[in-house]
Amino acid sequence: MSDMNEKMKQLVIAGDGAMLGTVIQLALDTGASASDILEEALLPAMDVVGQRMKTGEMFIPEVLLSAKTMQSGLEILTPLLGEGESVSAGTCVIGTVEGDLHDIGKNLVGMMLEGSGFKVVDLGIDVKQADFAKAIEESGADILGMSALLTTTMPKMKATIQHLAELGLRDKVKILVGGAPVTAQYAKDIGADGYGFNAADAVEKAKEFVAG
Amino acid sequence: MIVVGELINASRKNIGEALTCQNAEYIKSIARQQYEAGADYIDVNAGIFVEEEPEYIKWLVENVQQEVDAPCSIDSPSPAAIEAALSVHKGTPLINSISLEKDRYEALMPIIAGTDFKVVALCMSDDGMPETVDDRLAIADKLINGLLQNNVDIDNIYVDPLVQPISTNKDFGTGFLDSVEQIVKRFKGVHTMCGLSNISFGLPNRQFLNQLFAVMAISKGLDGLIINPLDKRMMANMIAAEALAGRDEYCMNYLQGHRAGRFEF
Repeated sequence: MSDMNEKMKQLVIAGDGAMLGTVIQLALDTGASASDILEEALLPAMDVVGQRMKTGEMFIPEVLLSAKTMQSGLEILTPLLGEGESVSAGTCVIGTVEGDLHDIGKNLVGMMLEGSGFKVVDLGIDVKQADFAKAIEESGADILGMSALLTTTMPKMKATIQHLAELGLRDKVKILVGGAPVTAQYAKDIGADGYGFNAADAVEKAKEFVAG
Repeated sequence: MIVVGELINASRKNIGEALTCQNAEYIKSIARQQYEAGADYIDVNAGIFVEEEPEYIKWLVENVQQEVDAPCSIDSPSPAAIEAALSVHKGTPLINSISLEKDRYEALMPIIAGTDFKVVALCMSDDGMPETVDDRLAIADKLINGLLQNNVDIDNIYVDPLVQPISTNKDFGTGFLDSVEQIVKRFKGVHTMCGLSNISFGLPNRQFLNQLFAVMAISKGLDGLIINPLDKRMMANMIAAEALAGRDEYCMNYLQGHRAGRFEF
């Protein structure tokens, strides 16, 4: 069994979706449960991918392919999960702040979060603080991820945090911020809970948040 | 071909520090190096300082122009910063940049209208980043026509079709290249310009990719680059690519580059 888990893990890392589908089917046919495959093969694979991205062994296109491969695996496994078994590591609301239209980094974070088992509510670009608040309430999110690529829009992250505080929502979520001009110090200054240096780092922080 | 030297940007650590401690000598030395390497415009950007941007960008313009006889590329979306820079700028600046984002467009157009400034028209709108060639052309069309209606000469317009990383979408490179080709063909007399480094985001050997992409874009008609002019290979590629693309009469510029040692590495 562990051989097959290892095989599936390697296929996610290598980004071979077609072969992954075949091996998952084989594993299921020989008695493995969907949740075991998820826990023992697929999610650990994405941990490796995140780690290799951080160390510079893997590059963005490879990471994207792994995330996509992971998705294809989830599509097979999710309908087979038993009651009470959930894929979700937690729920993240993400978006690029108001006045800012850059989405490449934010999309990358979204894909990697999904690949790591999070449910992602992506509000897109140019997101108003009221819309962040609404999405947090509606989704019961654990984490809010905000992105800003412009020095002129960075203050919107601070404004959004203040807005959430006024609505009494601030302590319901962990707040993670990122984007080219954002620094760990800035994240601290505006009262965020964490800063994602890149997509892999953001996912690692998100995992730490839900692990408590 | 016009070359905009991109190094005086406050988001680069040394420049940011030179600004906060008002180290004019450092700014002047970077301006001088870029000018001597062949930059036609010296870009000035103080964007990371939200409050002090107007004051800082003005100081940058003053110091750059005390050192070298070159115009500046005034790199800001903020009308207050651009006005401050213009108040001391000598010669004809490049405004970097207007876009189709409503607030930015409406704030910058009155500054540019009826002038002989050169202007970068960035293909971005309130709908987000363009993805396809058609998205880019639609934005370019509105920007060019808007500028023409505001009495800006087409020869002063540099459309930037927006470079995005091939690491996230393999078609972003060709999307950009095809856009340059279409824009140059469709709007006779307009120029195109871009910064390059986004193309290689998330990939190894970035400088190598940037250098090659510049050559590919020049072959499609690109005639402006926002680059580090101290990258000698990049500058040499650019001169050679223009000659190869048939835009260097009698190969004069190429030969001049040869004699100036631009091809000796």
